[in-house]
Amino acid sequence: MAQEVVKVHPLVVRIAHWLNVLAVLIMITSGWRIYDASPLFESFYIPDSITLGGWLAGALQWHFAAMWLFVLNGVVYVTYGLLSGHFRRKLLPIRPGAVLRDVLAAFRGKLAHDDLSVYNAAQRAAYLALVLLLIVLVLTGLVLWKPVQFYWYGRFIGDYEGARLLHFFAMAGVALIVVVHVAMVILVPRTFPSMITGRVRRAS
Amino acid sequence: MKIRRMGESFLAHRSRQVVNLERRAFLGKSLSVGALALLSGCELTDDESVQKLLMRMSGWNDDVQHWLFSSSRLAPEFPESRITRPFPFNAYYAEEEVIDVDGGQYKLELGGMIKERKPWTLPELYALPQVSQVTRHICVEGWSAIGKWSGVRFSDFLQRIGADTTAKYVGFQCLDDYSTSIDMATALHPQTLLAFKYADQILPPKYGFPMKLRIPTKLGFKNPKHIGTIFVSNNYPGGYWEDKGYNWFSGS
Repeated sequence: MAQEVVKVHPLVVRIAHWLNVLAVLIMITSGWRIYDASPLFESFYIPDSITLGGWLAGALQWHFAAMWLFVLNGVVYVTYGLLSGHFRRKLLPIRPGAVLRDVLAAFRGKLAHDDLSVYNAAQRAAYLALVLLLIVLVLTGLVLWKPVQFYWYGRFIGDYEGARLLHFFAMAGVALIVVVHVAMVILVPRTFPSMITGRVRRAS
Repeated sequence: MKIRRMGESFLAHRSRQVVNLERRAFLGKSLSVGALALLSGCELTDDESVQKLLMRMSGWNDDVQHWLFSSSRLAPEFPESRITRPFPFNAYYAEEEVIDVDGGQYKLELGGMIKERKPWTLPELYALPQVSQVTRHICVEGWSAIGKWSGVRFSDFLQRIGADTTAKYVGFQCLDDYSTSIDMATALHPQTLLAFKYADQILPPKYGFPMKLRIPTKLGFKNPKHIGTIFVSNNYPGGYWEDKGYNWFSGS
């Protein structure tokens, strides 16, 4: 059977993906340390061993340093995704019925991955949700960082304490998507090199 | 030790006066430094070059916050029904160790770029026109609580004592050996109060008798209690937590 090499991930997306991996990893692990200083839910702590920063001040330094990488990289990625048509081509359309069907198929181990250049409905939903959740994290994070300067919109999301809750749950959503994403890459390992080289081989 | 090293990058900027003041605080400080060293397990953060980069980013964040800060943007004020009861106690020591200041003997000392440096007694301070605010106190740890403070507008007080308001910093040395410093723009913000009262009562010791600087546009640790000396300076004065690595501006 002849094989054809297909380009699946543009260079901008690959660079943004790996920078985002680094930034989100720092943001989440340092964020967990910050959370532990005053947990929202009394008996729910994150073990120190998987947090970053050593103590609260160290974690805050990491969080407020990595946020620049996270936001600048995110702005480049989203701008590219919108202007180049990348989002429209790869993430749309998303039909709830198709998402449900693909999620169920994935659980039965029957989700097809023949063509890696096209995302299935479950992938589209997860990637779009991830982008939206990361945007929510930036917006709620700004309210937490500067609750007075950003009160003009913070007031609509429950001010400081509301933003704190939203920030936490958006983080939990991101953590969940990352866990599933990494699990899927382990199950379909040939997707991994494609995020580095940008190419996959497709049976034609 | 990690904590000392963090402080070193600030050392060059400290004024002689503050170094002397800090010397007094050293004993109490070294105790908590020991406790903090036990807590810091992260070797990556300890690495000198990483630490340098993080401190440089923290300095950059100071600049960004200074630029974001607007003297006309006010912290939200709340109805008294929203006040958090009881209002939490917080300090670098336990509540049992709160100091007892003798109000009769107390004098507020002034230093640095100030014209009228005569010390102020409590009756003199209480005679100044006062305002009240019900605002949210946000701790660097993440929790927040709403309280009511009353006192003299700090900008009025700075004007009255002839402080040079073109200077960069206002520093505070506290009677419990705490210290902090703020930017002049925040010192002149209309909601920054030299507060003498909490919930309409003279500040109890645990909330900082005889006075605290209430700054609703900064994190809680930038709101010094038991203030003994106020000084105005162009030299970066640092502070108790700031020297250990907390972001200096820490604005809200």
